[in-house]
Amino acid sequence: MTYAVFILFTLMALCGGVLVVTQRNLVRAATALVLSLFGVAGLYVLLEAGFLAAVQVLVYIGAIAILIIFAIMLTRRMVQGDESGLNRQWGWALVSAVVMFALFCYVVVKAWPLALGAVSAPAVPADSTEALGLALLDWEQYVLPFEIASVLLLSAMVGAVVIAREKHDS
Amino acid sequence: MIPLSWYVLVSAALFCIGLFGVLARRNAVAILMAVELMLNAVNVNLVAFWRYGEPQAMAGQVFALIVFTVAAAEAAVGLALFIAIYRSRDTVAVEEIDLMKG
Repeated sequence: MTYAVFILFTLMALCGGVLVVTQRNLVRAATALVLSLFGVAGLYVLLEAGFLAAVQVLVYIGAIAILIIFAIMLTRRMVQGDESGLNRQWGWALVSAVVMFALFCYVVVKAWPLALGAVSAPAVPADSTEALGLALLDWEQYVLPFEIASVLLLSAMVGAVVIAREKHDS
Repeated sequence: MIPLSWYVLVSAALFCIGLFGVLARRNAVAILMAVELMLNAVNVNLVAFWRYGEPQAMAGQVFALIVFTVAAAEAAVGLALFIAIYRSRDTVAVEEIDLMKG
């Protein structure tokens, strides 16, 4: 049963991913991206990281995917036209991606078979979301990365507004 | 339970799909979408190692949350840049954006 769900979410993530990089129509590619992100959220649920799955749906699908669709609409002219969505070097890109995947497979299957073959793991504490929140705000643990992340978000927000603003010469 | 290596292989496949997209797409927004796929692949990996390694410690999930934050910031700034470039050069095809080519 778990395996069936795993395969379903994997297929969602990977098929969505393939559509994202091959679809010529960008709106369809963005829709496929949403499918792929849902698949990844399902994998988080299988890994018992419920909070991350919720954040994935909220932030990735609710914010980033919608932002990307907005950008596609705003830069509309590229979407149409008969030319391919891929550039001239796509053959080499395919070769390098396949070689990279072969290397990853070699590492997983040959190099560390014992460490990666784990089929059992310690149980996740029942209140893992609470533990995550406490860890993020604990002075001894992750409060500094947490605060830096909020500063990063603020500066990215200001930067995005400044860059995208229309300049009126007066 | 599902073996850890399955998650790692799924994540590797997703990463390579994203890599292909980054190298092969013409449209800058499509490249950004492929980058999001790669970040997602990394996150699957982080959460999988958290689950099978030490689920009592929250390091893996915190790492994944920071990646979420960086991905959101990157998407916002990247899309703002593309909109600014589209406004001045009327295109977002990466091979036509060669202002800095010597």
